[in-house]
Amino acid sequence: MKVTLLPEGLRPALQQRVEEASGQNVLACYQCGKCSAGCPVAGVMDLLPNQVIRLVQLGLVEEALTSQTIWYCAACLTCAARCPKGVDLPRVMEALRELAMERSGDHLPPDRLPAEALAEWPQQAVIGGFRKYTW
Amino acid sequence: MQNMEALPYFPGCTLKQRAAGFDRSARDVFSALGSPLAELPGWNCCGATFPLTVENLLDLTGPARILVSARAEGTRLAVACAACYNVLRRTNHLLRTDAEKREKVCLFIESEYDGDLEVVHILELLHREIGCGHVRQALRRPLEGLRVAAYYGCLLLRPAAEVGFDDPESPVLLDELLAAAGAAPVSYPHRGECCGGYLAVRSEEAALEASKRVLMAISAAGAEVVVTSCPLCQYNLDRRQAAIARQEAGFRPVPVLYFTQLLGLALGADGAGYRLDEHHVDPRPLLKERGLVEG
Ligand code: SF4
Ligand code: SF4
Ligand code: SF4
Ligand code: SF4
Repeated sequence: MKVTLLPEGLRPALQQRVEEASGQNVLACYQCGKCSAGCPVAGVMDLLPNQVIRLVQLGLVEEALTSQTIWYCAACLTCAARCPKGVDLPRVMEALRELAMERSGDHLPPDRLPAEALAEWPQQAVIGGFRKYTW
Repeated sequence: MQNMEALPYFPGCTLKQRAAGFDRSARDVFSALGSPLAELPGWNCCGATFPLTVENLLDLTGPARILVSARAEGTRLAVACAACYNVLRRTNHLLRTDAEKREKVCLFIESEYDGDLEVVHILELLHREIGCGHVRQALRRPLEGLRVAAYYGCLLLRPAAEVGFDDPESPVLLDELLAAAGAAPVSYPHRGECCGGYLAVRSEEAALEASKRVLMAISAAGAEVVVTSCPLCQYNLDRRQAAIARQEAGFRPVPVLYFTQLLGLALGADGAGYRLDEHHVDPRPLLKERGLVEG
């Protein structure tokens, strides 16, 4: 992978958008991996949480957008509570989800949810799911 | 503290539907302790998740409306559902500390809001105000050493600076309250870790990954019952046990109750409307054996 470091002001546009939407300085992350070590769903993610933020740091936002990890993040805030650099990673994940859905529409269209499950799930799960997976 | 005035209370949509047993038992607990809960008039859904992108003000309008109606009733709002609590508490914090956003949100919902409202979880009220001593005195059926796993989950604890509920890495409020009711809370790891939340809507596998870690720890600690204050934790931890039992030979299913169901029964409630038959792991054999429900 060829890495080009850009001077301030020439930061990739999508990286800036993620920073603005999340309110986070992604360059503050020093890749310690603590977020991934404590993430309760890391086992099913294709990229670890620290790898997602690494992609954003490198300006490879397109790659981060195709990762399943942004949809697996449960916004449990464990990583945000423990990050030694004060990076609120769940906010970065949400900014990426929004960007992905702005381009491709709902990630999980409500009409695709099975009726049996809708009858069983607590309302809170359905509403929370809509908030995270629809645009 | 007895015969306090009725407390404005926000049940939330889940407690009106799937988690009706939580609503009913929470009301029983407060009535038994002399401080009945008074449902907020004309409330709406809080949205279940707090928006994490900084310009998403639209998702703040629902919870902001609730705060405005609660302010008309007094200066405190009691909440039982951990998710509603998290959303309302964080929204209140934001509206208090960010004047520009408060103005925009208020313009949008065409209301004034001074932020002079405290959003409190019923666990805080029971533990810090009504007090463990009062709970102990009011017991009708002490829990007599019942080995309970107190599960906190994420939403009561994080972000600590905004919810300020308890120590986010080693919370004790729920354990202490259960101990006051005569139970013997078990010590186990992952009590404040995520059960998978809303992930089940998209992926059973991901939800199972998160719930399993918590449940294996609870089962290994020898708990007879798990208690929570979140309908989604209750669902995830209860529903996933059948799948875990298929995967893990040594796994012993444990019923999952709302802490108010257990406390309500200990305080003498008859369990009517607790919907114990709707739980996936049937709690009734245990509750009967312990003399907490008739049978
Ligand atoms: S814990 Fe914080 S600093 Fe460490 S890798 Fe994760 S985001 Fe980066
Ligand atoms: S907020 Fe998301 S990335 Fe962070 S620990 Fe929780 S699930 Fe993992
Ligand atoms: S968290 Fe849930 S249950 Fe509570 S009001 Fe909000 S959406 Fe409804
Ligand atoms: S433990 Fe589960 S439902 Fe409960 S607060 Fe966390 S993710 Fe939400």
